Amino acid sequence: MPSLEIRDLFVALAATPDKPIVKGLTLTIRTGEVHAIMGPNGTGKSTLSKAIAGHPDYVITSGDVLLDGKSILEMEPDQRARAGLFLAFQYPSEIPGVSIANFLRAAVQARLAEGEDLDATAYYKHLYSKMDLLKIDRKFTSRSVNEGFSGGEKKRCEILQMAMLEPTFALMDETDSGLDIDALRIVAEGVEAMRGEKLGVMLITHYQRLLDYIVPDFVHVMYDGRIVKSGDKTLALELEAKGYDWVKQELAAAATA
Amino acid sequence: MSATALSSSALPGLDSTRFAAHLSQRATLPAWWLETKKAAWNQFLALPLPSRTDENWRFSNLKGLDLEGFDLPEDAPKDIPNHSSFPQTAELVFSNRQLVARSTVPADLAAKGVIFAPLDEALRDHGDLVKQYFQKHPAHLGSAKFVALNTALSASGGFLYVPAGVEVALPFVIQHTLSGANVATFPHTIVVLGPRAKATVVEFFLSGGAATERQLAAGVNDLHAAEGAQLTYVGAQHWSRETLAFQVNSIAVERDARVLALNLHLGGRQSRHESHSRLLGPGAHSEMLALTVASGDREFDQRTLQTHIAPNTTSNLLYKNALLDTAKTIFSGLIIVEPDAQKTDAYQKNRNLMLSDTAEAHSLPGLEIQANDVKCSHGSTSARIDAEQEFYLQARGIAPVEARRLLVSAFFEEVLNKLDDEALHAALTALIASQFKK
Ligand SMILES: Nc1ncnc2c1ncn2[C@@H]1O[C@H](COP(=O)(O)OP(=O)(O)OP(=O)(O)O)[C@@H](O)[C@H]1O
Ligand SMILES: [Mg+2]
Repeated sequence: MPSLEIRDLFVALAATPDKPIVKGLTLTIRTGEVHAIMGPNGTGKSTLSKAIAGHPDYVITSGDVLLDGKSILEMEPDQRARAGLFLAFQYPSEIPGVSIANFLRAAVQARLAEGEDLDATAYYKHLYSKMDLLKIDRKFTSRSVNEGFSGGEKKRCEILQMAMLEPTFALMDETDSGLDIDALRIVAEGVEAMRGEKLGVMLITHYQRLLDYIVPDFVHVMYDGRIVKSGDKTLALELEAKGYDWVKQELAAAATA
Repeated sequence: MSATALSSSALPGLDSTRFAAHLSQRATLPAWWLETKKAAWNQFLALPLPSRTDENWRFSNLKGLDLEGFDLPEDAPKDIPNHSSFPQTAELVFSNRQLVARSTVPADLAAKGVIFAPLDEALRDHGDLVKQYFQKHPAHLGSAKFVALNTALSASGGFLYVPAGVEVALPFVIQHTLSGANVATFPHTIVVLGPRAKATVVEFFLSGGAATERQLAAGVNDLHAAEGAQLTYVGAQHWSRETLAFQVNSIAVERDARVLALNLHLGGRQSRHESHSRLLGPGAHSEMLALTVASGDREFDQRTLQTHIAPNTTSNLLYKNALLDTAKTIFSGLIIVEPDAQKTDAYQKNRNLMLSDTAEAHSLPGLEIQANDVKCSHGSTSARIDAEQEFYLQARGIAPVEARRLLVSAFFEEVLNKLDDEALHAALTALIASQFKK
């Protein structure tokens, strides 16, 4: 079964490699599983997901990330993506002048064999069906990527890309933030539709309300760069009720014990 | 002059014997033309190569301006690369200075007096018309020596004449191809639109054969738009990697006429482009556009002049360069507003997108205003490619060169969108994309 294995990972900013942000994080995600990661602001959740995707701002100072048992750390970001990784950005970039249609077309084309040309009719048909599913107006295809999109439109557009590219592992960074109730449901349904034996998900979120729709198999609490507590879906409910101070106190107690 | 001295080179080169032979092959052309050529040859010999002290050649690689060892090509291969196709009115195809293919002007347009012919043929059949417009408004931007060489040795190029009131929707296309090592070409195209006429001309400059052959191209064009005419001119330069290229572009815009000139620069080792617009009558507008993909260690040297002579004239220049690797671009632009040209609106902008830290973009904007009631602005910007955008594209599996192609296309879109012809737009986009193949 395909797996994404994060092994004792240390991540720092490339500019300050001696100051780790992610500090020895270990987690294995298999296809068919949804892992929710929750944790206070600034704890390193986005850093973790961007570093796995290969963002040049970050360096992995030790540890490893393996996709199906093979390290991906030597791979370029585009190679990682084609190997089956997908990062749904917390803050998706705006790219004026590049239309959604051309952008996704390039991404789909990149997955074809050398010399193989994309079937434009089939591509548009596929694209439109996914857009309909996510209730995205077809007119969006000619709009520039994320330019002038509302927060919710950006997030929906991330899910559209995920639906088109069919990754094996999706790292979803606060895909729920900025969504109103209706948009949240549409996005969650979109993810649920993809959920299954072929997809593993790391779902970074601050809110239980997303987990009402996408019920996680595991919940992890991340604090100060590492996972400090893991459990099932009830852990999220407990967190919602007690807040992070509860986890912090537990940690402090463990440290003095 | 060194250009005439030849001994060690394997090829005879561009010497006076060559010029005499060139002239004798054209003995049947009008006498004024042959005299013009002779005078130009002497001028070429007399003029010095550009020197360090010449302001028009500031930042240029003067060592690269070496004309030694080039010769006129002897044969004209027919198996040449073609530009991607798009709907057109008629086409002239030159290979190594010879016409190798043409499609004629549709009968209805010919009946209205539209002339579209190779330069030599036009000289023979419409000599007086050609004479009237040939270098009527020469560009004064530093390349007089190379323009003289062009006049002396020009054999290829098109002559387009669209009479008053005739509008032609689809482009007239002229393709120049150069194949072989150390060969030279000197295309000269003349476009004349009569009052209220409308037309589009697209000129391609392409190298055939190995992309690494050393070649020389020195081209000139004269664009004229009479009262109320609308001319769109596109020049697409994709010479071989080792080509030394000059192109000198003169634009004359009369009362209420509008000329849009878009030059695309992709190839060559060292490519110099000069463009001089003259706003001759009230209401005249000149849109001067250029897109450059500067890659490898190429140098693109662009010099422009917007001369406002009549009142109530407008000009808008937008030159965009995408710089990669260790490429170098030079943009030097001047707006001159003459004393009578009140109510001039003149804009000049050079924008550079830096895709490499080792590329070099020089920008020398300038204004010279002799009237008091004008609106002028000039400016240049250089911005690094946005790393977050690059990463976003790569995070979707798009390879770095393709990501860059998308971002450069996005940067260029503002200029390409000024073309009404969508098929032409697509053909130019495809040509630009070809620069981003691994
Ligand atoms: N590119 C960067 N430049 C400077 N500091 C950074 C950068 N990326 C992360 N950091 C710092 O690293 C720490 C972790 O940030 P990160 O964005 O990973 O947190 P997070 O857990 O995703 O927080 P949130 O819940 O607010 O999204 C923060 O202190 C942040 O300021
Ligand atoms: Mg975050």
